[in-house]
Amino acid sequence: MATKVLIVDDERDVELLFRQRFRREVRRGELELLFAFSGEEALQTLHQQGRADVVLVLSDINMPGMTGLELLQRIKAEPPPVPVCMMTAYGGADYREQARAHDCDGYLTKPIDFKALKVQIRVLVEQQEAQG
Amino acid sequence: MNEESTRPFSRRPDVNRLQAELEVVRARAAELEHQVATRTAALESAMAAMQHTRQELRAAQAQLIHQDKLASLGALTAGIAHEIKNPLNFITNFAEVNAELLDELRETLDGDPDPALTQELLEDLAQNAGIIREHGQRADRIVRSMMAHARDGAGEKETVDLNKLVAEHVDLAYHGKRAQTPGFTVALEPTLADEVGTVEVLPQALGRVVLNLVGNAFDAVQEAATQRDAAYAPRVTVTTRRTDTRVVIEVGDNGLGIPQGLCEKIFTPFFTTKPSGRGTGLGLSLSYDIVTQGHGGTLTVESTEGEGARFTIVLPAVSDVPGATSD
Repeated sequence: MATKVLIVDDERDVELLFRQRFRREVRRGELELLFAFSGEEALQTLHQQGRADVVLVLSDINMPGMTGLELLQRIKAEPPPVPVCMMTAYGGADYREQARAHDCDGYLTKPIDFKALKVQIRVLVEQQEAQG
Repeated sequence: MNEESTRPFSRRPDVNRLQAELEVVRARAAELEHQVATRTAALESAMAAMQHTRQELRAAQAQLIHQDKLASLGALTAGIAHEIKNPLNFITNFAEVNAELLDELRETLDGDPDPALTQELLEDLAQNAGIIREHGQRADRIVRSMMAHARDGAGEKETVDLNKLVAEHVDLAYHGKRAQTPGFTVALEPTLADEVGTVEVLPQALGRVVLNLVGNAFDAVQEAATQRDAAYAPRVTVTTRRTDTRVVIEVGDNGLGIPQGLCEKIFTPFFTTKPSGRGTGLGLSLSYDIVTQGHGGTLTVESTEGEGARFTIVLPAVSDVPGATSD
């Protein structure tokens, strides 16, 4: 079964970018990418897909409606635990601390370093396999 | 005259007395002269000190005006930095994707010919180049708007789509506030009437006024949120409308409002109710000058304490509706 990663961002081009940057992993069936364009949509997708199969949620912070930080709190409030990593253009310490205070599992600033992100996903997959 | 003057032989003591009196008067005169000189010197130095103080005040005022520009620029840059990193993310990453695609294409061309894959790779390359250009242009627009704000002076009047100008600056104010205040939430309700159309204004200056008023409204509801219970829903409204000869921009909030008696003062330079270091007290006075002197309009405020405030900009505008008459 492919590892599912849910990407949440209000910018549509993010889907195209992730599909291209992970096209090898997707082609090899190692990874399945899910996309949501708002916090509300992300919660729905998580509900439909089943939280257990999602290895990571990558979320933007500044989105209309529910912000990424609110989404983080909503996800963390319900079991089972899903790792959430913020992916934002906010480089300041304020947001980083807020995200950490809500048990965020990672904080990536844009422009995203996909090499680092791939390493992070591999670590998470290995952790989950070790637990399961 | 006293009786002594009638006695000729008592002249001498009289001369002596007069001499003594003259001495006293001379001494007095010298003393007075000295006092005058001292006073004059004191006055001169006081005047010099006052002149110096006045110069310092002027310099301080110029400094404050500069700081206010920087402060509004600071709020702007925070918003802009965020805005610009999004296109930058796409530009950087799609360029890297294209480098990978080119490697893959080279491998394909060196090995067994696979026309379908070659075609797919070429299409992706072209598509990504388009995306890179698009986001480059997006970043360029953001930088341009920042430069327009940083520029000194009011610039020249231009005919602009007023709703667009208002919407852009409401957006900038919002992103600036969100970038500076994590977790800031507000129901932002713009009601921009279609018939507003185009108006001749100083776009940068008027943009700053909108940015300032909306920024203040955000500060007001944020302050209210810290004092009210959880049921409080911060709300900021931005409205535009047109009458025959005027356009109106209104910025309202449901913050704590302005205490009675302060409504007349808030447009005075250096008057501020914000904590020290937060506001210079120049935002509204500069806005007032821009609206009244720059555009021949009016900037007024209405407020009910505890319920919020509403700022109204009225600008003269010749109707651009064809066939419309002003009489």
